[in-house]
Amino acid sequence: MISRHFALCILALASVPALALAAQENGKPEAKAYKDPVRRQAGQPQDDGERVFKQNCSRCHTAPEGFSPSISGTIVRHMRVRAALSQHDEEALLHFFNP
Amino acid sequence: MLSPAFSLKRRTASSAICCFGFALAVATAHSGFAQDTPLISGGAGFLTSTNAGKTTYLSIIEPLLAAPMGRHVLVESRAALLESFSPNSGNQGGYNHTHFVGLTYMQGDYIASRHFTIVGGDFLIPFNTYNERLSPIWIGNLQDGPLIAPLGVFSSGSGLGGMLRGNAIARDKYSVDYAYFYSARSRNQQFSAQRGNGGRASIYLPEQRFEVGLSYDRLLQGTHENFYGAHAWWEPKDTSFRLRSEYARGHHAHGYWVEAEYRTSAFGGIDSAIGRIEPVIRIQQTFRRDTVVSDGLPPVNTQRADFGLDYNLPHNTRILISYSRQFSAAGSHNVWETGIVYRFLFPAWKGK
Repeated sequence: MISRHFALCILALASVPALALAAQENGKPEAKAYKDPVRRQAGQPQDDGERVFKQNCSRCHTAPEGFSPSISGTIVRHMRVRAALSQHDEEALLHFFNP
Repeated sequence: MLSPAFSLKRRTASSAICCFGFALAVATAHSGFAQDTPLISGGAGFLTSTNAGKTTYLSIIEPLLAAPMGRHVLVESRAALLESFSPNSGNQGGYNHTHFVGLTYMQGDYIASRHFTIVGGDFLIPFNTYNERLSPIWIGNLQDGPLIAPLGVFSSGSGLGGMLRGNAIARDKYSVDYAYFYSARSRNQQFSAQRGNGGRASIYLPEQRFEVGLSYDRLLQGTHENFYGAHAWWEPKDTSFRLRSEYARGHHAHGYWVEAEYRTSAFGGIDSAIGRIEPVIRIQQTFRRDTVVSDGLPPVNTQRADFGLDYNLPHNTRILISYSRQFSAAGSHNVWETGIVYRFLFPAWKGK
């Protein structure tokens, strides 16, 4: 009985990726989760810093809704250590926070 | 609760606050460039957990300090302050309350080059991903950590010594990260740790948003034990879907967890009323290899399914609701959990 319930749970878990992929294939791009200063203007091409942000920072946590520019360098350095960013990525991310 | 017990060392409130204040004072003396003002971040929450019919209430604050010094050094520390109210056992009735104040970690980072960062101090042990990445209160999707979280992190979750970490290879299509640490034995109330060493290596494919890694560490005091870990993360591009998983094997037990979360953008984006809903599901199993229960895992084989429904309110606030069912030969029970968590992030003082 226990394993039957558990099998149902695993089935439910397996169905989630399928739904996610279906959503992806429907061509609905992810809406911008970021608030200032990380919100990108509509139509503006994705810059290197935004790519770094999406490929590293937002994998673990959502973006905070805005923060003071005076701590952007500290945030980037913290991310460099935590996410093992390269120096290039660090600079791109800092530029993204302070365009 | 949200942070598993191993990450909350019981320490005196005064000494923990002194350490945190010392780090802040050091940062004050070395304020650098216009964008490098030290920051205070973290989370504050009020959580409830009803386990087998008994409800526990927890208020918690987890402040994090990050302070750059010069161009290559970062001092960072995280603390936990919590007050817990739990029902008295037996037929006594009423509630008892306990409080903890302690440092979760306190470390200095020296960025030596693009490939090497030297870490010294009391650091989070880099075994698998949960301890370093997902344990903060403002990041976790579910209040409870995984059942296997105590494996490989030497009881306290942190080590006292040094760590070398960084990005070994960085290419457009892949990157390889590593971390190696050595921890000394310490019975200091503020920085208790066990002697051991180990590390983690992982490869990340940014286009596929797929990461896989292996961890290993060895306890070098008492009964020397090896711990092995593996993790795989996948976040498909242009979706808000995340799939995370870990496997860990210790001397006396092993287990795994798989967690999936999703936010839909189909109804006006993820900042819409619907898009802020975040369903979460985690499946986990632990298996006993012998009857020695010294690793923090359940004493018998256990299966658990967690179903969460988080709601991401504006202004960095989240509501966490979850139902879990745990199955084992020792008895099955339900766990209902609710909570509200606020994330804060601001300069330690007014910048230049």
